[in-house]
Amino acid sequence: MFPTPVEKTSAKVRIGYQVALPIALILWLLPLIAVALTSIRSAGDINAGNYWGWPSSFNLVENYTAIFTNTPIGQYLLNSFKVTIPTVIGAVALSCMTGFALAVYKFKSSLPIFFLFVAGNFVPFQILMVPVRDLTLHMGVYNTWQGLALFHIAFQTGFCTLFMRNFIKALPFELIEAARVEGVSEIRIFWYVVLPLMKPAIAALAVLIFTFIWNDYFWATVLTQGADNQPITAGLYSLNGQWVSSWHLVSAGSIVAALPPVAMFFLMQKHFIAGLTLGAVK
Amino acid sequence: MQAFWKKNQQSIAPWLFLLPGIAMFLLYVVYPIFGSIQISFFDWDGLGEKTWVGMGNYVELLDDEAFYTSLKNNILWLVLYLLAIPAGLFVALFLNQTVRGIRIYKSLFFFPFVISQVVVGLVFSWFYDPNFGLLNVALGAIGLEPIAVLADERFVTYGIIVAGLWPQTAYCMILYLTGLNAVDPEQIEAARLDNAKGWKMLWYIILPQLRPATFIAMVVTIIGALRSFDLVSIMTDGGPWGSSRVLAFFMYEQAFSEYGFRMGYGAAIAVVLFMIMMVYISGFLYKMYRDERGH
Repeated sequence: MFPTPVEKTSAKVRIGYQVALPIALILWLLPLIAVALTSIRSAGDINAGNYWGWPSSFNLVENYTAIFTNTPIGQYLLNSFKVTIPTVIGAVALSCMTGFALAVYKFKSSLPIFFLFVAGNFVPFQILMVPVRDLTLHMGVYNTWQGLALFHIAFQTGFCTLFMRNFIKALPFELIEAARVEGVSEIRIFWYVVLPLMKPAIAALAVLIFTFIWNDYFWATVLTQGADNQPITAGLYSLNGQWVSSWHLVSAGSIVAALPPVAMFFLMQKHFIAGLTLGAVK
Repeated sequence: MQAFWKKNQQSIAPWLFLLPGIAMFLLYVVYPIFGSIQISFFDWDGLGEKTWVGMGNYVELLDDEAFYTSLKNNILWLVLYLLAIPAGLFVALFLNQTVRGIRIYKSLFFFPFVISQVVVGLVFSWFYDPNFGLLNVALGAIGLEPIAVLADERFVTYGIIVAGLWPQTAYCMILYLTGLNAVDPEQIEAARLDNAKGWKMLWYIILPQLRPATFIAMVVTIIGALRSFDLVSIMTDGGPWGSSRVLAFFMYEQAFSEYGFRMGYGAAIAVVLFMIMMVYISGFLYKMYRDERGH
């Protein structure tokens, strides 16, 4: 292991490391800790400029109740779920099929099609913006969760195909050949032989896409407007405009917006990291 | 029908599986790229008739000071964002231990990457606040004058990039932690017997084995730098006086300008950004192609 494990070093180094670890963590997360602490301060503290002293009262319940009762943040959250969940299902379903096709069959255009998906996944959003907005308007789904989800499904299929194809490529091909010899049809091979083996890949992609889409801000502002349909990222931006200098509310709103992907990450950590670090080791 | 399927299913099946994915991708990704290139030759407010202006939008760009500001800031982003790679490696080396509770530490260090850039932007706007922000409280404590980072043309872009480096470093860290996990322990032991340690060990033994992780970190960091939009929009809206614009933001601002939508001009900016990005995308594809051939 590199660097040398601290267990094998002198007591001085060992203790030093144990002390340095929590200090480094607190410094690293300091901006976030400050926000979490501010979200439980009172308006009085904020107005009096008491940002860093002991709070005059703990307003955890009051502040979080206030943002849910006085602002449409609940609606924003709901909108985010309405966009994110169908996108996860759609993109994973499409890419299971494309990944399977590109990994299992040898045909001439297989590699070019694969590269098309990979390249498309990296293009800047702005090159798509005007036509996609236009298309969404013409299809009559502008400012709806469906319009946003349809675009996200299509775009995420690029990254998901890259992921699925490489995952299926690494599976033992003999399984498929054995099934073919038995006379199993290609569609049944996909459904009964390959799909059950793809569970870890599906889990990894599902958490990754959930986080990506939940955190999307650009497309939310391009394809939706107003509290009825905007997801939480765009909603937080407009609330920030209304809450000028009510930093305890801004902080509480930020924490609420950050919670679902954070929860997702902690619940599915292993899959999340497996998905994110695809290709980082040979 | 049945017999035909039985005989040809191996050549038909891939296309059946590809069809829905390709159709969506063509409609929402491939076609819009060409659509944008076409629109960049027109004057268009997004609603009425399009007017052909040829290279007009591009000629105007060359004369637009805001374009050069954005381009300059994009280069700044590109260069400074790469610091996330050594920073991520440093944090990964620090955390690559097996003491008790280290897993929790790794997860918490990764935290900034999981939360939305909108939240990161708000957190840092607040961190930089000239009146009570943590940065200026700290500066005051060591006897320095407060700096209004986000309101000062000299510092604003650097301030936003630092905010961006926070989650990006976390991302690179997790790539390197995974990479370090796969480093061959026998090679390390052998090198230790040869008395290699510290920097020498890192440079000659560890880094070569981390090459795949470094490559992915480079790709995601470069793409991330060129895509930077959220933080600029949240933290400064391009200000003060447009000095923190980047191409992605400048495009959005022009296309949805308060003084009437300029879709054609916006599309021209997007095409320039796309061309810059294509350099990196082609490089990435070329490497993938070589790896595929290698198998």
